[in-house]
Amino acid sequence: MSSPSSNAASVSTSASTTTIHLTVNGRTRTLSVEPRRTLLDALREDLHLTGAKPGCNMGQCGACTVLLDGEAVYSCLALAIECQHQAITTIEGLAHDDQLDPVQQAFIDHDALQCGFCTPGQVLALKSLLLRDPHPDDDAIERAMAGNLCRCGAYPKILAAARSLAGRAS
Amino acid sequence: MTTDAAAIGGMGHSVKRKEDARFLRGKGRYIDDIKLPGMLYMDIVRSPYAHANIKSIDASKALALPGVLAVITGKDLDAAGLAWMPTLMSDKQMVLPVDRVVYQAQEVAAVVATERYIAADGVALVEVDYEPLPPVIDPFKALEPDAPLVRPDREAQTNHIWHWESGDKARTDQLFNEAEVTVKEHIYLPRIHVSSIETCGCVASFDKVSGKLTVYMTTQAPHAIRTVYSLVTGIQEHKIRIVSPDIGGGFGGKVPVYPGYVIASVASIQTGLPVKWIEDRSENLQADSFARDYHITAELAAKNDGTMQALRVKTLADHGAFDAAANPSKFPAGLFSIITGSYRLDAAHVEVDGVYTNKPSGGVAYRCSFRVTEAVHTIERMVDTLAQKLQRDPAAVRMQNFIQPDAFPYKSATGWEYDSGNYPAALQKAMEKIDYAGLRREQAEKRARGELMGIGISTFTEIVGAGPSHTFDILGIKMFDSCEIRVHPTGSAIVRIGVQTQGQGHETTFAQIVAEELGLPVENITVEHGDTDTAPYGLGTYASRSTPTAGAATAVAARKIRDKAKKLAGHLLEVSPDDVEWVDYHFQVKGVPGRSVTMKDIAFAAYTNFPPDLEAGLEAVDYYDPPNLTFPFGAYICVVDIDRGTGMVKIRRFVAVDDCGNIINPMIVDGQIHGGLTMGMAPALFEAITYDENGNMQQSNFMDYLLPTAMETPVWETDKTTTPSPHHPFGAKGVGESATVGAPPAIANAVVDALSHLGVTHLDIPITPWKVYQILQEHGAAES
Repeated sequence: MSSPSSNAASVSTSASTTTIHLTVNGRTRTLSVEPRRTLLDALREDLHLTGAKPGCNMGQCGACTVLLDGEAVYSCLALAIECQHQAITTIEGLAHDDQLDPVQQAFIDHDALQCGFCTPGQVLALKSLLLRDPHPDDDAIERAMAGNLCRCGAYPKILAAARSLAGRAS
Repeated sequence: MTTDAAAIGGMGHSVKRKEDARFLRGKGRYIDDIKLPGMLYMDIVRSPYAHANIKSIDASKALALPGVLAVITGKDLDAAGLAWMPTLMSDKQMVLPVDRVVYQAQEVAAVVATERYIAADGVALVEVDYEPLPPVIDPFKALEPDAPLVRPDREAQTNHIWHWESGDKARTDQLFNEAEVTVKEHIYLPRIHVSSIETCGCVASFDKVSGKLTVYMTTQAPHAIRTVYSLVTGIQEHKIRIVSPDIGGGFGGKVPVYPGYVIASVASIQTGLPVKWIEDRSENLQADSFARDYHITAELAAKNDGTMQALRVKTLADHGAFDAAANPSKFPAGLFSIITGSYRLDAAHVEVDGVYTNKPSGGVAYRCSFRVTEAVHTIERMVDTLAQKLQRDPAAVRMQNFIQPDAFPYKSATGWEYDSGNYPAALQKAMEKIDYAGLRREQAEKRARGELMGIGISTFTEIVGAGPSHTFDILGIKMFDSCEIRVHPTGSAIVRIGVQTQGQGHETTFAQIVAEELGLPVENITVEHGDTDTAPYGLGTYASRSTPTAGAATAVAARKIRDKAKKLAGHLLEVSPDDVEWVDYHFQVKGVPGRSVTMKDIAFAAYTNFPPDLEAGLEAVDYYDPPNLTFPFGAYICVVDIDRGTGMVKIRRFVAVDDCGNIINPMIVDGQIHGGLTMGMAPALFEAITYDENGNMQQSNFMDYLLPTAMETPVWETDKTTTPSPHHPFGAKGVGESATVGAPPAIANAVVDALSHLGVTHLDIPITPWKVYQILQEHGAAES
């Protein structure tokens, strides 16, 4: 192993940082971040909100989905500095006290998860759909969920959970 | 006294999963969620070439970057004797290369830094001078005399790794020579990737004071990895702790030891600080273990009346640059010899030759028991090919050739003893559910109108639950599995198991096994796994082995507890234990329902009021050595419609009748089958990894490697038959992979069926729109 100068462990990054204010799960947070830092890393690394998951870091799997002013976004494709003063909801902010959000409860009721890794993203993608359309049809549900991969293949039960929330029997 | 069985939540109840509460709140603890004080980050420099000499590595610019602490190369590891590590298949593989890379995206050096982004910056600054060499990409060309050597380090100067065969060659050849009818197909099962949404990674943490190395790792087999680590590094095994946290999907891809784990461990030992390494998606797809890549030539011999007689199979297995398949040690081609499937055959002979190429190593499962999907796809395609040649209905040919229900235990032509089965009943059920006769009529009408509709059947038999110690081991460690149960004084319990969940819901199902056996409510039972410091030794979760092995151990351990509890019950009821019986989840005096005690009463007595001839406590451990494997089976029928304008295949209906023996949790089994069907559809229609002639991998992201989404997933119509395993303590067989194994041939058979009137007898998967469209064009059947 090659090592640089002996005091290297104390060296910190000198890259320029920007101060930003985000409203995360209803609470204003001030962060100093590099311009290149993704929203996903800001949430996970700086705010210790690890519910959003890194599955691909290139906007192809949806595991990092959060709500940005109510809209589902891939937080791996958003820079933290782009989200200045915006309201972000992560999975940690969806339940209130011990009361699960109806979307979370529907996932339990319909067994809509297995390994759980993509689940926070799935829940928030569906939450976003229901916020703008409380009674989506099957086509709208499938389109809204198509950006969230589930390798365990829980899709039929995720769709069943969505249909029940849309007010239709599964 | 009667007990509310639903409150107990034992066998057969659709108990909601204990895991859900944390996963739904974002409180799952996956590998990248782990953050330790002072933790460093590691990122990896990878080769752009499939085959090249490394002339030099210049890390000076990377080391000059503030925050970069170290750059580790193969020469550094070589000095510590760690540049190579053993594989599970008696081969060795490079951790980091000293002078030569043998596949694209191979690890070349590692950068350790204070921040993740700085480590990535450092990777971009490491300058490697390569001298490209001609790569070997085609496994057939790899065997030609003038082919470049992938592995000059080996004594045998050839790209041929091994030859394996099973069955009776002389008898098989004789039957072929005398056969009334034979069919032959070349079947390629392409290289694919499990692509769990969580990539692989670890956090290695070496404590310089205690000398203990703790590695948090996305592994399906933590104990086996601890032993391998100890053997490779020389660190005493009690000074190694492997912790497998929540795992974001495994499917076989998280069985191997990847170089990143070893390098991160070395980096932690060197720095004395925790080191995190998490691969990105492209690294995961490009460099982690692949599945399949079998080039199969299969022949089936039969009588003119459709009676199948013999199967002859030759296979070239592309293993990449190292033989790092994850198989039991005595099985270089896994359990491929299950290839005779659900059918009576007089003889079979199966050969596989392993070959090195300049591609990543692997040969892991893709959600299936070792090479079983390859076997099932081959036999199920061949039965259809035979039916097509004889102009017979493929369902009728199957019914004619099935191993009959009264023939079990059945010895297959390749030597496996099938435990139990009822294949005609499963196919009959599937045919009725989907209205097979009606579909055939509809198909005839549509064909007359020029529309393309196909019906495909797959009646598969799996072989899972490895396995019996006389045959199955990994690096000499027998493939038993284990469970330890402790019942607490107030009637709750902790259960620790040697297998490791990746979404299968073990925290729920294993609690249900104990609930059933001990009569304690499932909500009062905690299941732990994945920490080698606390869990009993086990071989891990893959190949659908958890329920057949550790599930059995759990039932047996619980029964040991019940045996002791019976003595305590006699003590409490003031009768001889011989006069006590277990009825409806409690002990009662024989024939006197009013005189009874619950397991909760007994648990308290085990610590507060035990007789002088019994020791205190209520716990047991069991290491279960299964007497045989289990053989789940099923009958799947798929209906497809093909768009003549685009070649697009649409699955209109898919009926899946599965038989996995007795079921612990029907809800979880249903989810496992849904998932397996989706992962079976994926390689049938979408997924394949290919290389250009220079060894450039062509699917390094999810825009090129197409995982199914909710849009492509059809409605799966599931049903079951129940044929318990006669040798398993509660008659279960395992279910996690049946559908991945059974689905691809059902889909492929449906597409071939839709095109059979054009003379098509076979299509390799994935059956893409382009592939179908070309065939339609050739036959003038495309719609303009």
